[in-house]
Amino acid sequence: MNLNQLYSEIILEHSQKSPNKKKIDGANIEEKGHNPLCGDVITLYIKTDGDIITDASFTGQGCAISQASTSMLIDLIRGKKIDEAKKLVQEFTDMIYKKDVDLDDLGDAQALAGVSDFPARVKCALLPWKTLEEAVDEKQEKNNKDEDK
Amino acid sequence: MIDVKSIREDFPILKARPYGKDLIYLDNAATTQKPLSVIKSIDDYYTGMNANVYRSAHYLSGVATNAYEKARNKVAEFINAGSEETIIFTRNTTESINLVAYAWAMENINKGDEIILTVAEHHSNMLPWQLIAEKKGAKLRYVYLNEDSRLDMDSYRNMLSSRVKLVALQQVSNVLGIINPVREMTEEAHKVGAKVLVDGAQSVPHMKVDVRDIGCDFFAFSGHKMLGPMGIGVLYIKKDLLDEVPAFMRGGEMIDEVYEDRATFADPPLKYEAGTPNVEGAIGLAAAIDYLDGIGMDNIHKAEVDLTEYALKKLKEIDFVKIYGPLDMKDRMGVISFNAADIHPHDVATILDQDGVAIRSGHHCAQPLMRYLKVTATCRASFYIYNTHEEVDEFVESLKGIRKWFK
Repeated sequence: MNLNQLYSEIILEHSQKSPNKKKIDGANIEEKGHNPLCGDVITLYIKTDGDIITDASFTGQGCAISQASTSMLIDLIRGKKIDEAKKLVQEFTDMIYKKDVDLDDLGDAQALAGVSDFPARVKCALLPWKTLEEAVDEKQEKNNKDEDK
Repeated sequence: MIDVKSIREDFPILKARPYGKDLIYLDNAATTQKPLSVIKSIDDYYTGMNANVYRSAHYLSGVATNAYEKARNKVAEFINAGSEETIIFTRNTTESINLVAYAWAMENINKGDEIILTVAEHHSNMLPWQLIAEKKGAKLRYVYLNEDSRLDMDSYRNMLSSRVKLVALQQVSNVLGIINPVREMTEEAHKVGAKVLVDGAQSVPHMKVDVRDIGCDFFAFSGHKMLGPMGIGVLYIKKDLLDEVPAFMRGGEMIDEVYEDRATFADPPLKYEAGTPNVEGAIGLAAAIDYLDGIGMDNIHKAEVDLTEYALKKLKEIDFVKIYGPLDMKDRMGVISFNAADIHPHDVATILDQDGVAIRSGHHCAQPLMRYLKVTATCRASFYIYNTHEEVDEFVESLKGIRKWFK
């Protein structure tokens, strides 16, 4: 792994010119994530219909890796079921920790596989995925509670 | 002049080869590397001296106690404390400041009292005072910066009143490199009856510090930023105040007599050093002081000013670099914070790292200052006695190259 892979065109494209970086109207999930030690900060906006993520976007400030990773995540989860999104979180996390994983599902986010060779940057790449996981866990917990009522 | 080439020979770690490149270590404000004499002093301690201090009548305990007390004596002389009882060993600057907060401020700061800080304080000289403000109903007031990145002394003077019970500030900023006029500020604080705590973490390693000349009541610093080991720090408490500052942690070593329901305490400094102390750390710190004294603090200061001035000149020539902090060397030390175009500091640090250049990126434990400067983070290069002009050249070349990654 070298810098060419870490700062590849596709990563820079996502970090600098992402159409996903905006606040969408009508999001019913809004989750903030940050890395206190380095100051990367993102907010995910997610619109769901039942258990389908119909639209999503993000805003934030941070390094190229954290912002690209967030943009790639948004591309991947649009139109997916929440459980599918959770599976993607697991696959992405496994990829970053160099576990044997089928990368096909991860689309552009495969480009971040090389981050695993830069230990100091792993948390930058994982930030949006952890944030998504927290957001959907909270959402599902809430749904379960509503069903119990 | 100092002989950097021969100094470098004393630091084995400088031969490290990150990614096959020469190591250019410019993260000295975070921690410094250690010379062989310091490494060896710790080895010598465990090879020939180790025993618990103060407790036992046997030979080794005497040797260890003697070495530990000699270290205290060396620290006292190094900062001209006047007497050993004013020197308390802690883990680090953070613990030293917390000791003052928990032991002294909890007793002496009350509702309506004011504590003056500067916006450039490290979190370690901010959060303990937030705690006191919260617990005791005191008010925090902040001194901000002038256009030239130095403290707004007029606003400081205007803040001083009989309500102010403490002024706590750094002698040198870990982000901006500014040297604050702590002597003058102490004098003015004392006129209204306030006590003064000086955070010397970034000053003691780099310049001659005389705590009695400053006149402050408390002075804190860390061993690991001045060639010593991690886990050893110092708190100086002015002699007249020792009776006024109660014990901090309680337990072994800090006692006089203990009964089932009460205890009396040892005299300072042991009163503040509960439990088995970091003896190897104190001995390592003493070896670090010997090393620094061997070069001379005035020589160290001059060499660092010269190198920083050179680095500032080179950085100013790069059109996409923005420097935070003074651009001249008046009252300034070897810490340079900067940003490169709109490239995030973490990306800059990762790219420089591939060239073997170690810098810091982030908020430097000074989030309020970052907010005040309207940035989320900065890059920071910080120098020490083993850094060379050639290393500055390499660093600047590496920095010039980062733009090709972000077209």
